[in-house]
Amino acid sequence: MAWFKKPGVTTAENRKRAKNVEGLWLKCNHCREIVYRKEVERNSKVCPKCDYHFPISVQERIALLVDLGSFKEWAADIEPQDPLSFTDTRSYRERLKAQQEKTGRKDAIVIGEGTINGRRIALGVFDFGFMGGSMGSVVGEKICRVAERALALRIPLMLVTTSGGARMQEGILSLMQMAKTSAVVAQLGEARVPFICILADPTFGGVTASVAMLGDVIIAEPKALIGFAGPRVIEQTIKQQLPDAFQRAEFLMDHGMIDMIVERKHLKETLNQLLSHL
Amino acid sequence: MREYLEFEKPIREIEERLQKLISTGGSRASVQEETKKLKARLARTEVELYRKLTAWQRAQLARHPQRPGVLDYLDAMCRDFIELHGDRVFGDDQAVLGGFARFNGRSVMIIGHQKGKTLKERMQRNFGMPNPEGYRKALRLMKLAEKFSRPIITFIDTPGAYPGIGAEERGQAGAIARNLSVMSRLKVPIVSVVIGEGGSGGALALSVADRVLMLEHSIYSVISPEGCAAILWDDPSKTPDAAEALKMTAKDLLGLGVIDDVIPEPLGGAHRDPQTAVDRVAKSLTSHLAQLADSSGEELLARRAQKYRKIGTVVESVAGRK
Ligand SMILES: [Zn+2]
Repeated sequence: MAWFKKPGVTTAENRKRAKNVEGLWLKCNHCREIVYRKEVERNSKVCPKCDYHFPISVQERIALLVDLGSFKEWAADIEPQDPLSFTDTRSYRERLKAQQEKTGRKDAIVIGEGTINGRRIALGVFDFGFMGGSMGSVVGEKICRVAERALALRIPLMLVTTSGGARMQEGILSLMQMAKTSAVVAQLGEARVPFICILADPTFGGVTASVAMLGDVIIAEPKALIGFAGPRVIEQTIKQQLPDAFQRAEFLMDHGMIDMIVERKHLKETLNQLLSHL
Repeated sequence: MREYLEFEKPIREIEERLQKLISTGGSRASVQEETKKLKARLARTEVELYRKLTAWQRAQLARHPQRPGVLDYLDAMCRDFIELHGDRVFGDDQAVLGGFARFNGRSVMIIGHQKGKTLKERMQRNFGMPNPEGYRKALRLMKLAEKFSRPIITFIDTPGAYPGIGAEERGQAGAIARNLSVMSRLKVPIVSVVIGEGGSGGALALSVADRVLMLEHSIYSVISPEGCAAILWDDPSKTPDAAEALKMTAKDLLGLGVIDDVIPEPLGGAHRDPQTAVDRVAKSLTSHLAQLADSSGEELLARRAQKYRKIGTVVESVAGRK
C-alpha cells in the first residue's frame, strides 16, 4: 500500500531533486516554478506563486499548532522491531538504523500533548522524513496510545498525517495497524471525545484508509495530495494520464471528502474556533 | 479440464503420459504395469511438490482460476441464500456480494468478494476489486445483521480495492476506513475466512472479525508480491523473493498471531476437490461460531478490541512507560 518510493531509494530523479532544493532557490512541487527559498521560509513554507504548502518538519508543525513551549512528548522511546526479518535490497534493520540516525527519532510519528490557546489537547504528528511516514507497528501503537490518553483525559485528539501508507517491511502486521488504530478511534468516538485530522502533503494508502479519514472534522492543507491508491498505480491500471488536479485537496473538497482546506497561517485559529464547539 | 500452473509441470507431464497410455487402450500386461508405475510416481510427485510449496507457488494456487469462490461455498454450505443489493448511495458493486442465508439451520449474513470464473463474469465483477460502493454495501448489510442479531460470515478473495479515478472520487479510502471502524464495534459475532487472495486494505475492509480463518494455500498481505518487488527491489523478477519476505502464507500469519486457524486443503489445492474444501470450511465455521455463540455483544466487543489492540511488535524501555 505504500505506493511511494521510499526516501531511502536514491533514483537519479531523486538525486536531481535533492540538488535543486539545496541552494538559494527552490522548485515548487506543485507549480514547478523556481522560487526564492527565503521567501518561502518567511511565508510558513508556502509557495508564493501557487499557495502550495511545502512539507515542514515535525518541530515546525508542532510550533505552528500549539502554544509556545506547551508541547510535552509521550512515549518517545517506543522502538520498532523487525518481526519478519525483512530484507529486500537492504535489511529492514539497516534501513531503520539509517533513518533513526537521520531523523533522531525512533520511528515515523511523534505524539504528546500541548495547549491551543490554553486548551489542553492530545496531538500526533507524522514524520514523512522517516521512511515516508509509513505506518508500521510503532506508528500504530503510538496512535493508539495518544488516542487512549486523550480518552482517559477527555481532551480532543488531533492527528497531522503525511504518509505513503503502510510499511511494507512489517508485512501483514502493518496492515493490521489500520484495524488497530481504527478500532481505538471508534472507541474515542463512542466516548464523544473530539478527533480532528489534518491531512498534509502527501497522505496515501493505509493511513488514508484508516485513521486519516475517520476524523469528526477533516482538514487538508492547500494542494496536498491525498488518496487511497497512488497516482502511478492508477495510471498503470487505467492506462491514461491523470489530470493535474486529481487527488489534490481541492479535488477532495469538490467531492465532499473533507470539511475544509485551511492555509497554514490560519490553522491554529481555525482549530481554536472548532474546539469551541466540540 | 484441469488447468496447470507452471510449477505443476512435472505433474502435467506424468498425467499426459498416463492419458496417452490409457487412450492406446492396451490391455497388455506391460501397459498395465507401466500405468501402475506412472500412477505411483504421480502420487509421489504430488505429495513431494505440494508439501514444500514456496510462498509464490502458494500465491499462484490462491489465485488459481478454478479455485472455489464465495458462491461455490454458499451453494454448497448454505440454504435459502437471498442476495441483497446496493449501497443506497451510488450503485451495486458486483465485486462484493452479500445477503441472508441459512447455515446449519440458523440465519446468518454472508458477505464476500467474488472474482468471477468466466472472462465475462470477471469483467462484470471487476476481478473482485471493489469500488467504494462494494464496501458501503457490505457495511449496510453488516449493520442489518447487527440489527437482527445475526452472525456475520465473510469470505475474503480479492486482489485489493480498485485503484481507479471513480473509486478515488467516491471516497475509496473513507469507505475502507469506515468499515474498519464500524466492524470493530458490531455487537454480533463476525467470522472471516480467507479463501483465496487477501489483498491489502481491500481484504481487511471485510475481515475485522472475532475469528479470522485461512485456507491452507490462501495468502493475505499488505501488498501484492508483484507490487512489493516493483517498489522495494525495482525489479519484477524478484516477485518470488518478495512473496517469501512478506510472510503472507496462512502458516506465517498464524505464527504472527494475526489469524486464528488454518483450514487444511485437499492435496493440490481446494479446486482439486471442492467438496472436501467446502466440508472443512463449514466444519471450521461451525466450531468457531459455536464458540462465539454464548458471548454477549459487550463481551464480543471487549475481546475484539483487545485482540486488535495487541497486534504488532514494538520494544519499549520500562523507564519510558507511562
Ligand atoms: Zn508553487
